[in-house]
Amino acid sequence: MQDFSAAFGLAFDLILSGNADLAEIVLLSLQVSLTAVLFACLIGLPLGAATAIFRFPGRGALIVLMNAMMGLPPVVVGLFLYLMLSNAGPLGPLALLYTPTAMIIAQSILVAPIVAALTRQVVADLHSEYDEQLRSFSVGRWAAVGTLLWDGRYSLMTVALAGFGRAIAEVGAVIIVGGNINHVTRVMTTTIALETSKGNLALALALGIILVGIAVAVNASVMSLRATAARAAYA
Amino acid sequence: MPDGSHIVDLRACTPGPVREILPLEARGLTYEAGGHRLIDDLSLRFEDSGLSAIIGPNGAGKSLLLRLLHGLIAPSGGEVLWRGQAADETIRLRQAMVFQRPVLLRRSVAGNLRYALRHGRNGAAGASVGSSVEAWLTRANLLHLADRPARLLSGGEQQRLALARALSRRPEVLFLDEPTASLDPTATLAIEELIGQARAEGTKVILVTHDLGQAKRLADEILFLHRGRVEARAPTEQFFSDPENDNAAAFLAGRLVF
Repeated sequence: MQDFSAAFGLAFDLILSGNADLAEIVLLSLQVSLTAVLFACLIGLPLGAATAIFRFPGRGALIVLMNAMMGLPPVVVGLFLYLMLSNAGPLGPLALLYTPTAMIIAQSILVAPIVAALTRQVVADLHSEYDEQLRSFSVGRWAAVGTLLWDGRYSLMTVALAGFGRAIAEVGAVIIVGGNINHVTRVMTTTIALETSKGNLALALALGIILVGIAVAVNASVMSLRATAARAAYA
Repeated sequence: MPDGSHIVDLRACTPGPVREILPLEARGLTYEAGGHRLIDDLSLRFEDSGLSAIIGPNGAGKSLLLRLLHGLIAPSGGEVLWRGQAADETIRLRQAMVFQRPVLLRRSVAGNLRYALRHGRNGAAGASVGSSVEAWLTRANLLHLADRPARLLSGGEQQRLALARALSRRPEVLFLDEPTASLDPTATLAIEELIGQARAEGTKVILVTHDLGQAKRLADEILFLHRGRVEARAPTEQFFSDPENDNAAAFLAGRLVF
Protein backbone atom coordinates (compact mmCIF):
# COMPACT_ATOMS: atom_id res chain seq x y z
CA MET A 1 0.00 0.00 0.00
CA GLN A 2 2.91 2.30 0.85
CA ASP A 3 4.48 1.54 -2.56
CA PHE A 4 1.20 2.42 -4.17
CA SER A 5 1.03 5.77 -2.37
CA ALA A 6 4.65 6.48 -3.16
CA ALA A 7 4.02 5.76 -6.83
CA PHE A 8 1.11 8.20 -6.84
CA GLY A 9 3.26 10.82 -5.14
CA LEU A 10 6.01 10.41 -7.71
CA ALA A 11 3.46 10.51 -10.50
CA PHE A 12 2.07 13.86 -9.32
CA ASP A 13 5.64 15.18 -8.92
CA LEU A 14 6.33 14.26 -12.56
CA ILE A 15 3.16 15.98 -13.75
CA LEU A 16 3.60 19.11 -11.65
CA SER A 17 7.30 19.48 -12.46
CA GLY A 18 6.55 19.49 -16.19
CA ASN A 19 8.87 16.56 -16.87
CA ALA A 20 10.18 16.89 -20.43
CA ASP A 21 9.94 13.19 -21.29
CA LEU A 22 6.40 13.05 -19.99
CA ALA A 23 5.41 16.16 -21.97
CA GLU A 24 6.96 14.76 -25.14
CA ILE A 25 4.98 11.52 -24.80
CA VAL A 26 1.70 13.33 -24.08
CA LEU A 27 2.17 15.73 -26.98
CA LEU A 28 2.98 12.93 -29.43
CA SER A 29 -0.08 11.01 -28.24
CA LEU A 30 -2.32 14.01 -28.82
CA GLN A 31 -0.71 14.76 -32.19
CA VAL A 32 -1.15 11.18 -33.42
CA SER A 33 -4.71 10.73 -32.15
CA LEU A 34 -6.02 14.15 -33.21
CA THR A 35 -4.56 13.70 -36.70
CA ALA A 36 -6.05 10.21 -36.92
CA VAL A 37 -9.46 11.52 -35.88
CA LEU A 38 -9.20 14.26 -38.50
CA PHE A 39 -8.52 11.72 -41.25
CA ALA A 40 -11.20 9.38 -39.88
CA CYS A 41 -13.70 12.25 -40.02
CA LEU A 42 -12.70 13.14 -43.58
CA ILE A 43 -13.52 9.56 -44.55
CA GLY A 44 -16.25 8.66 -42.10
CA LEU A 45 -18.47 11.76 -42.22
CA PRO A 46 -19.21 11.74 -45.97
CA LEU A 47 -19.29 7.93 -46.06
CA GLY A 48 -21.76 7.76 -43.17
CA ALA A 49 -23.91 10.55 -44.61
CA ALA A 50 -23.90 8.99 -48.09
CA THR A 51 -24.99 5.59 -46.76
CA ALA A 52 -27.77 7.34 -44.84
CA ILE A 53 -29.12 9.17 -47.89
CA PHE A 54 -28.28 7.26 -51.03
CA ARG A 55 -29.80 3.95 -52.05
CA PHE A 56 -27.45 1.73 -54.00
CA PRO A 57 -26.77 -1.98 -54.44
CA GLY A 58 -24.74 -3.36 -51.55
CA ARG A 59 -25.77 -0.55 -49.19
CA GLY A 60 -27.09 -2.98 -46.59
CA ALA A 61 -23.89 -5.02 -46.68
CA LEU A 62 -21.82 -1.84 -46.35
CA ILE A 63 -23.79 -0.76 -43.28
CA VAL A 64 -23.33 -4.19 -41.68
CA LEU A 65 -19.61 -4.01 -42.47
CA MET A 66 -19.28 -0.51 -40.99
CA ASN A 67 -21.10 -1.56 -37.83
CA ALA A 68 -18.99 -4.70 -37.53
CA MET A 69 -15.78 -2.73 -38.01
CA MET A 70 -16.62 -0.57 -35.01
CA GLY A 71 -15.39 -3.48 -32.94
CA LEU A 72 -12.21 -4.13 -34.90
CA PRO A 73 -9.55 -5.62 -32.60
CA PRO A 74 -6.65 -3.12 -32.59
CA VAL A 75 -4.01 -5.83 -32.58
CA VAL A 76 -5.50 -7.31 -35.76
CA VAL A 77 -5.42 -3.89 -37.42
CA GLY A 78 -1.85 -3.47 -36.19
CA LEU A 79 -0.84 -6.86 -37.56
CA PHE A 80 -2.52 -6.21 -40.93
CA LEU A 81 -0.86 -2.82 -41.24
CA TYR A 82 2.48 -4.27 -40.12
CA LEU A 83 2.31 -6.78 -42.97
CA MET A 84 1.45 -4.03 -45.44
CA LEU A 85 4.19 -1.65 -44.25
CA SER A 86 7.01 -4.08 -43.55
CA ASN A 87 9.85 -4.34 -46.06
CA ALA A 88 8.30 -7.41 -47.65
CA GLY A 89 4.83 -5.80 -47.82
CA PRO A 90 3.30 -3.90 -50.73
CA LEU A 91 3.78 -0.56 -48.97
CA GLY A 92 7.28 -1.38 -47.69
CA PRO A 93 9.04 1.10 -50.04
CA LEU A 94 7.25 3.94 -48.28
CA ALA A 95 9.33 3.20 -45.16
CA LEU A 96 6.53 4.12 -42.82
CA LEU A 97 6.86 1.29 -40.32
CA TYR A 98 7.83 2.48 -36.83
CA THR A 99 6.92 6.07 -37.57
CA PRO A 100 4.15 8.28 -36.15
CA THR A 101 2.60 8.22 -39.62
CA ALA A 102 2.06 4.46 -39.35
CA MET A 103 0.43 5.01 -35.97
CA ILE A 104 -1.84 7.66 -37.45
CA ILE A 105 -2.85 5.28 -40.25
CA ALA A 106 -3.58 2.52 -37.73
CA GLN A 107 -5.72 4.76 -35.54
CA SER A 108 -7.50 6.19 -38.59
CA ILE A 109 -8.45 2.66 -39.64
CA LEU A 110 -9.80 1.99 -36.15
CA VAL A 111 -11.70 5.25 -35.79
CA ALA A 112 -13.11 5.74 -39.32
CA PRO A 113 -15.71 2.94 -39.00
CA ILE A 114 -16.88 4.37 -35.68
CA VAL A 115 -17.27 7.82 -37.19
CA ALA A 116 -18.97 6.43 -40.31
CA ALA A 117 -21.42 4.18 -38.47
CA LEU A 118 -22.41 6.80 -35.89
CA THR A 119 -22.64 9.48 -38.59
CA ARG A 120 -24.95 7.26 -40.61
CA GLN A 121 -27.29 6.98 -37.64
CA VAL A 122 -27.25 10.70 -36.87
CA VAL A 123 -27.76 11.71 -40.50
CA ALA A 124 -30.43 9.06 -41.13
CA ASP A 125 -32.48 10.38 -38.20
CA LEU A 126 -32.14 13.94 -39.44
CA HIS A 127 -32.81 12.93 -43.02
CA SER A 128 -36.11 11.26 -42.11
CA GLU A 129 -37.17 14.61 -40.68
CA TYR A 130 -35.80 16.86 -43.44
CA ASP A 131 -36.39 14.66 -46.48
CA GLU A 132 -39.70 16.04 -47.77
CA GLN A 133 -38.72 19.63 -47.05
CA LEU A 134 -35.41 19.34 -48.87
CA ARG A 135 -37.07 17.66 -51.84
CA SER A 136 -39.71 20.38 -51.80
CA PHE A 137 -36.84 22.87 -52.04
CA SER A 138 -35.51 20.76 -54.92
CA VAL A 139 -32.19 20.43 -53.13
CA GLY A 140 -29.91 17.91 -54.86
CA ARG A 141 -28.69 14.80 -53.07
CA TRP A 142 -25.13 16.03 -52.55
CA ALA A 143 -26.34 19.42 -51.37
CA ALA A 144 -28.60 17.52 -48.97
CA VAL A 145 -25.56 15.66 -47.62
CA GLY A 146 -23.91 19.00 -46.87
CA THR A 147 -27.07 20.35 -45.26
CA LEU A 148 -27.53 17.32 -43.04
CA LEU A 149 -23.88 17.29 -41.97
CA TRP A 150 -24.06 20.97 -41.08
CA ASP A 151 -27.37 20.78 -39.25
CA GLY A 152 -26.22 17.67 -37.41
CA ARG A 153 -22.92 19.26 -36.47
CA TYR A 154 -23.41 19.16 -32.70
CA SER A 155 -24.23 15.47 -32.73
CA LEU A 156 -21.40 14.84 -35.15
CA MET A 157 -18.92 16.61 -32.88
CA THR A 158 -19.80 14.12 -30.18
CA VAL A 159 -19.18 11.39 -32.77
CA ALA A 160 -15.71 12.80 -33.42
CA LEU A 161 -15.04 13.00 -29.69
CA ALA A 162 -16.09 9.38 -29.30
CA GLY A 163 -13.61 8.52 -32.04
CA PHE A 164 -10.91 10.49 -30.24
CA GLY A 165 -11.63 8.56 -27.05
CA ARG A 166 -11.10 5.31 -28.93
CA ALA A 167 -7.88 6.56 -30.55
CA ILE A 168 -6.16 8.04 -27.51
CA ALA A 169 -6.80 4.94 -25.39
CA GLU A 170 -5.72 2.46 -28.04
CA VAL A 171 -2.50 0.46 -27.52
CA GLY A 172 -2.58 -2.76 -29.56
CA ALA A 173 -2.19 -1.31 -33.04
CA VAL A 174 0.23 1.52 -32.31
CA ILE A 175 2.63 -0.69 -30.39
CA ILE A 176 2.87 -3.05 -33.37
CA VAL A 177 3.30 -0.45 -36.13
CA GLY A 178 4.99 2.20 -33.99
CA GLY A 179 7.39 -0.06 -32.13
CA ASN A 180 7.32 2.10 -28.98
CA ILE A 181 10.65 3.74 -29.86
CA ASN A 182 11.81 6.29 -27.30
CA HIS A 183 11.53 9.91 -28.53
CA VAL A 184 10.07 8.69 -31.85
CA THR A 185 6.90 6.65 -31.48
CA ARG A 186 6.37 6.37 -27.76
CA VAL A 187 2.86 7.42 -26.78
CA MET A 188 1.01 7.29 -23.47
CA THR A 189 -0.56 3.86 -23.77
CA THR A 190 2.56 2.11 -25.08
CA THR A 191 4.67 3.79 -22.40
CA ILE A 192 2.28 2.68 -19.68
CA ALA A 193 2.56 -0.91 -20.92
CA LEU A 194 6.35 -0.72 -21.12
CA GLU A 195 7.00 1.09 -17.83
CA THR A 196 4.61 -1.20 -15.94
CA SER A 197 6.49 -4.23 -17.22
CA LYS A 198 9.75 -2.59 -16.09
CA GLY A 199 8.30 -1.81 -12.67
CA ASN A 200 8.54 1.96 -13.18
CA LEU A 201 5.10 2.57 -11.77
CA ALA A 202 5.53 6.31 -11.19
CA LEU A 203 5.80 7.23 -14.86
CA ALA A 204 3.13 4.66 -15.79
CA LEU A 205 0.77 6.09 -13.18
CA ALA A 206 1.50 9.67 -14.18
CA LEU A 207 0.58 8.85 -17.76
CA GLY A 208 -2.44 6.89 -16.57
CA ILE A 209 -3.66 9.88 -14.58
CA ILE A 210 -3.24 12.14 -17.62
CA LEU A 211 -5.00 9.60 -19.82
CA VAL A 212 -7.93 9.38 -17.44
CA GLY A 213 -7.93 13.18 -17.24
CA ILE A 214 -8.19 13.39 -21.02
CA ALA A 215 -11.01 10.83 -21.01
CA VAL A 216 -12.88 12.87 -18.40
CA ALA A 217 -12.27 16.07 -20.38
CA VAL A 218 -13.58 14.42 -23.56
CA ASN A 219 -16.73 13.25 -21.79
CA ALA A 220 -17.23 16.66 -20.21
CA SER A 221 -16.90 18.21 -23.67
CA VAL A 222 -19.51 15.82 -25.05
CA MET A 223 -21.94 16.67 -22.27
CA SER A 224 -21.28 20.38 -22.66
CA LEU A 225 -21.85 20.23 -26.41
CA ARG A 226 -25.11 18.37 -25.95
CA ALA A 227 -26.26 20.87 -23.37
CA THR A 228 -25.34 23.76 -25.67
CA ALA A 229 -27.21 22.17 -28.55
CA ALA A 230 -30.26 21.50 -26.38
CA ARG A 231 -30.28 25.10 -25.14
CA ALA A 232 -30.14 26.37 -28.68
CA ALA A 233 -32.74 23.79 -29.80
CA TYR A 234 -30.42 22.72 -32.58
CA ALA A 235 -30.18 19.13 -31.32
CA MET B 1 -34.73 60.89 -37.35
CA PRO B 2 -33.87 57.62 -39.03
CA ASP B 3 -31.23 58.03 -41.68
CA GLY B 4 -32.93 55.60 -44.00
CA SER B 5 -30.26 52.92 -43.66
CA HIS B 6 -32.65 50.63 -41.78
CA ILE B 7 -35.60 51.01 -44.10
CA VAL B 8 -36.54 47.60 -45.44
CA ASP B 9 -37.24 47.36 -49.13
CA LEU B 10 -40.42 45.27 -49.23
CA ARG B 11 -40.13 45.04 -53.00
CA ALA B 12 -37.45 42.43 -52.26
CA CYS B 13 -40.20 40.08 -51.14
CA THR B 14 -42.72 40.56 -53.91
CA PRO B 15 -43.47 37.16 -55.45
CA GLY B 16 -43.01 36.78 -59.16
CA PRO B 17 -46.33 37.41 -60.91
CA VAL B 18 -45.62 35.41 -64.05
CA ARG B 19 -47.43 32.07 -64.09
CA GLU B 20 -45.31 30.15 -66.54
CA ILE B 21 -45.86 26.66 -65.20
CA LEU B 22 -49.68 26.61 -65.16
CA PRO B 23 -51.88 24.93 -66.11
CA LEU B 24 -51.33 22.11 -63.66
CA GLU B 25 -53.07 18.95 -64.71
CA ALA B 26 -53.54 15.54 -63.12
CA ARG B 27 -54.55 12.83 -65.56
CA GLY B 28 -55.91 9.53 -64.28
CA LEU B 29 -53.92 9.92 -61.08
CA THR B 30 -53.87 6.80 -58.93
CA TYR B 31 -52.03 5.97 -55.74
CA GLU B 32 -52.17 2.60 -54.07
CA ALA B 33 -50.65 1.47 -50.78
CA GLY B 34 -51.15 -1.70 -48.79
CA GLY B 35 -53.64 -2.98 -51.31
CA HIS B 36 -55.84 0.10 -50.94
CA ARG B 37 -56.47 2.66 -53.65
CA LEU B 38 -56.06 5.99 -51.86
CA ILE B 39 -56.22 8.20 -54.94
CA ASP B 40 -58.62 6.77 -57.48
CA ASP B 41 -58.25 7.67 -61.15
CA LEU B 42 -58.35 11.35 -60.34
CA SER B 43 -58.23 13.96 -63.07
CA LEU B 44 -58.31 17.71 -62.52
CA ARG B 45 -56.85 20.88 -63.92
CA PHE B 46 -55.81 24.19 -62.35
CA GLU B 47 -55.70 26.92 -64.96
CA ASP B 48 -55.60 30.26 -63.24
CA SER B 49 -54.26 32.04 -60.24
CA GLY B 50 -56.39 32.40 -57.16
CA LEU B 51 -56.90 30.05 -54.28
CA SER B 52 -58.35 26.58 -54.59
CA ALA B 53 -59.28 24.90 -51.33
CA ILE B 54 -59.43 21.13 -51.08
CA ILE B 55 -61.74 19.90 -48.36
CA GLY B 56 -63.07 16.51 -47.38
CA PRO B 57 -63.23 14.01 -44.55
CA ASN B 58 -60.17 12.47 -42.90
CA GLY B 59 -58.63 9.82 -45.11
CA ALA B 60 -60.07 11.30 -48.29
CA GLY B 61 -56.54 11.65 -49.70
CA LYS B 62 -56.17 15.44 -49.51
CA SER B 63 -52.60 15.60 -48.20
CA LEU B 64 -51.65 12.70 -50.43
CA LEU B 65 -53.00 14.56 -53.45
CA LEU B 66 -50.90 17.63 -52.59
CA ARG B 67 -47.76 15.49 -52.30
CA LEU B 68 -48.52 13.84 -55.64
CA LEU B 69 -49.08 17.18 -57.35
CA HIS B 70 -45.93 18.64 -55.79
CA GLY B 71 -43.92 15.59 -56.86
CA LEU B 72 -42.90 14.43 -53.40
CA ILE B 73 -44.26 10.97 -54.09
CA ALA B 74 -44.67 9.11 -57.35
CA PRO B 75 -48.16 8.02 -58.40
CA SER B 76 -49.00 4.36 -58.94
CA GLY B 77 -50.66 5.38 -62.19
CA GLY B 78 -51.49 8.45 -64.24
CA GLU B 79 -49.42 11.59 -64.51
CA VAL B 80 -49.00 15.14 -63.30
CA LEU B 81 -48.33 17.66 -66.03
CA TRP B 82 -47.24 21.29 -65.89
CA ARG B 83 -48.02 23.15 -69.10
CA GLY B 84 -48.37 19.74 -70.66
CA GLN B 85 -45.04 18.38 -69.55
CA ALA B 86 -43.70 16.38 -66.63
CA ALA B 87 -42.01 18.37 -63.88
CA ASP B 88 -38.34 19.12 -64.40
CA GLU B 89 -35.89 21.07 -62.26
CA THR B 90 -37.13 24.44 -63.55
CA ILE B 91 -40.75 23.58 -62.80
CA ARG B 92 -39.93 22.17 -59.37
CA LEU B 93 -38.14 25.38 -58.41
CA ARG B 94 -41.28 27.36 -59.22
CA GLN B 95 -43.38 25.53 -56.64
CA ALA B 96 -43.30 25.50 -52.86
CA MET B 97 -45.09 23.62 -50.14
CA VAL B 98 -45.82 24.28 -46.49
CA PHE B 99 -46.56 21.28 -44.33
CA GLN B 100 -49.00 20.90 -41.48
CA ARG B 101 -46.07 20.52 -39.09
CA PRO B 102 -43.42 22.95 -40.29
CA VAL B 103 -40.02 21.38 -40.85
CA LEU B 104 -37.57 24.02 -39.72
CA LEU B 105 -33.86 23.60 -40.17
CA ARG B 106 -31.64 23.58 -37.09
CA ARG B 107 -30.65 27.15 -37.77
CA SER B 108 -31.71 30.60 -36.78
CA VAL B 109 -34.90 32.17 -38.11
CA ALA B 110 -32.87 34.23 -40.59
CA GLY B 111 -30.74 31.15 -41.38
CA ASN B 112 -33.84 29.26 -42.49
CA LEU B 113 -34.73 32.01 -44.92
CA ARG B 114 -31.16 32.34 -46.16
CA TYR B 115 -31.11 28.62 -46.92
CA ALA B 116 -34.35 28.78 -48.89
CA LEU B 117 -33.16 31.77 -50.91
CA ARG B 118 -29.76 30.28 -51.70
CA HIS B 119 -31.39 27.10 -52.95
CA GLY B 120 -34.09 28.96 -54.84
CA ARG B 121 -34.45 29.33 -58.56
CA ASN B 122 -32.32 32.46 -58.65
CA GLY B 123 -29.69 31.08 -56.29
CA ALA B 124 -29.50 34.47 -54.61
CA ALA B 125 -26.24 35.31 -52.88
CA GLY B 126 -24.57 37.92 -50.71
CA ALA B 127 -26.23 41.27 -50.27
CA SER B 128 -29.38 40.34 -52.18
CA VAL B 129 -29.98 37.44 -49.78
CA GLY B 130 -29.52 39.76 -46.82
CA SER B 131 -32.05 42.29 -48.06
CA SER B 132 -34.55 39.59 -49.04
CA VAL B 133 -34.24 37.90 -45.66
CA GLU B 134 -34.90 41.18 -43.88
CA ALA B 135 -37.84 41.98 -46.14
CA TRP B 136 -39.47 38.60 -45.66
CA LEU B 137 -38.93 38.64 -41.91
CA THR B 138 -40.53 42.07 -41.80
CA ARG B 139 -43.46 40.86 -43.84
CA ALA B 140 -43.94 37.84 -41.56
CA ASN B 141 -43.47 40.05 -38.48
CA LEU B 142 -40.48 37.98 -37.38
CA LEU B 143 -37.66 40.48 -37.81
CA HIS B 144 -37.24 40.88 -34.05
CA LEU B 145 -36.69 37.11 -33.83
CA ALA B 146 -34.17 36.90 -36.70
CA ASP B 147 -31.32 35.50 -34.62
CA ARG B 148 -33.38 33.13 -32.51
CA PRO B 149 -33.10 29.38 -33.18
CA ALA B 150 -36.11 28.62 -35.37
CA ARG B 151 -37.17 25.68 -33.23
CA LEU B 152 -37.62 27.90 -30.20
CA LEU B 153 -40.41 29.85 -31.87
CA SER B 154 -44.05 29.33 -30.93
CA GLY B 155 -46.23 27.18 -33.17
CA GLY B 156 -47.72 30.20 -34.92
CA GLU B 157 -44.33 31.84 -35.41
CA GLN B 158 -42.89 28.61 -36.77
CA GLN B 159 -45.68 28.34 -39.31
CA ARG B 160 -45.27 32.01 -40.29
CA LEU B 161 -41.58 31.37 -40.83
CA ALA B 162 -42.30 28.23 -42.89
CA LEU B 163 -44.75 30.21 -45.03
CA ALA B 164 -42.39 33.18 -45.44
CA ARG B 165 -39.59 30.74 -46.31
CA ALA B 166 -41.76 29.13 -48.99
CA LEU B 167 -42.88 32.49 -50.39
CA SER B 168 -39.32 33.82 -50.43
CA ARG B 169 -38.65 31.35 -53.24
CA ARG B 170 -41.21 33.24 -55.34
CA PRO B 171 -43.30 30.20 -56.17
CA GLU B 172 -45.83 30.39 -58.95
CA VAL B 173 -47.77 27.61 -57.26
CA LEU B 174 -47.93 27.25 -53.49
CA PHE B 175 -49.23 24.06 -51.87
CA LEU B 176 -50.46 24.44 -48.30
CA ASP B 177 -51.27 21.35 -46.25
CA GLU B 178 -53.46 22.46 -43.33
CA PRO B 179 -51.11 25.31 -42.43
CA THR B 180 -53.25 26.55 -39.55
CA ALA B 181 -54.14 23.22 -37.95
CA SER B 182 -53.69 23.49 -34.17
CA LEU B 183 -53.03 27.25 -34.27
CA ASP B 184 -54.98 29.77 -32.21
CA PRO B 185 -57.23 32.34 -33.95
CA THR B 186 -54.63 35.12 -33.82
CA ALA B 187 -51.91 32.95 -35.33
CA THR B 188 -54.39 31.66 -37.90
CA LEU B 189 -55.26 35.21 -38.90
CA ALA B 190 -51.60 36.11 -39.37
CA ILE B 191 -51.10 33.08 -41.61
CA GLU B 192 -54.24 33.88 -43.59
CA GLU B 193 -53.00 37.43 -44.17
CA LEU B 194 -49.76 36.12 -45.66
CA ILE B 195 -51.68 33.65 -47.81
CA GLY B 196 -54.02 36.41 -48.97
CA GLN B 197 -51.09 38.66 -49.91
CA ALA B 198 -49.45 35.88 -51.92
CA ARG B 199 -52.71 35.16 -53.70
CA ALA B 200 -53.24 38.85 -54.44
CA GLU B 201 -49.75 39.04 -55.93
CA GLY B 202 -50.50 36.28 -58.41
CA THR B 203 -49.33 33.11 -56.72
CA LYS B 204 -51.63 30.18 -57.36
CA VAL B 205 -52.47 28.69 -53.94
CA ILE B 206 -53.76 25.17 -53.46
CA LEU B 207 -54.85 24.79 -49.86
CA VAL B 208 -55.90 21.69 -47.97
CA THR B 209 -57.96 22.62 -44.95
CA HIS B 210 -60.41 21.18 -42.46
CA ASP B 211 -61.48 24.66 -41.47
CA LEU B 212 -64.62 25.39 -43.48
CA GLY B 213 -64.65 28.99 -42.28
CA GLN B 214 -61.13 29.40 -43.59
CA ALA B 215 -62.13 27.89 -46.93
CA LYS B 216 -65.02 30.36 -47.13
CA ARG B 217 -62.80 33.30 -46.22
CA LEU B 218 -59.92 32.55 -48.54
CA ALA B 219 -60.92 30.34 -51.43
CA ASP B 220 -62.07 31.23 -54.92
CA GLU B 221 -63.16 27.67 -55.51
CA ILE B 222 -63.71 24.52 -53.47
CA LEU B 223 -62.83 20.96 -54.38
CA PHE B 224 -64.52 18.27 -52.31
CA LEU B 225 -62.42 15.13 -52.13
CA HIS B 226 -63.89 11.82 -51.02
CA ARG B 227 -62.29 8.37 -51.25
CA GLY B 228 -59.53 9.66 -53.47
CA ARG B 229 -61.87 11.30 -55.97
CA VAL B 230 -62.96 14.87 -56.57
CA GLU B 231 -66.71 14.55 -56.08
CA ALA B 232 -67.56 18.23 -56.30
CA ARG B 233 -65.87 21.37 -57.54
CA ALA B 234 -67.47 24.78 -57.60
CA PRO B 235 -66.87 28.47 -56.89
CA THR B 236 -66.83 28.99 -53.12
CA GLU B 237 -70.15 30.77 -52.75
CA GLN B 238 -71.94 28.29 -54.94
CA PHE B 239 -70.38 25.30 -53.21
CA PHE B 240 -71.46 26.40 -49.76
CA SER B 241 -74.96 27.43 -50.85
CA ASP B 242 -75.62 24.46 -53.10
CA PRO B 243 -73.01 21.72 -53.01
CA GLU B 244 -74.79 19.64 -55.70
CA ASN B 245 -73.32 16.46 -54.24
CA ASP B 246 -74.84 14.34 -51.48
CA ASN B 247 -71.55 13.55 -49.77
CA ALA B 248 -70.44 17.17 -49.91
CA ALA B 249 -73.79 18.29 -48.53
CA ALA B 250 -73.53 15.72 -45.72
CA PHE B 251 -69.98 16.88 -44.98
CA LEU B 252 -71.05 20.52 -44.80
CA ALA B 253 -73.92 19.54 -42.54
CA GLY B 254 -71.48 17.92 -40.15
CA ARG B 255 -72.70 14.40 -40.81
CA LEU B 256 -70.20 11.56 -41.06
CA VAL B 257 -69.24 10.74 -44.62
CA PHE B 258 -68.09 7.17 -45.25
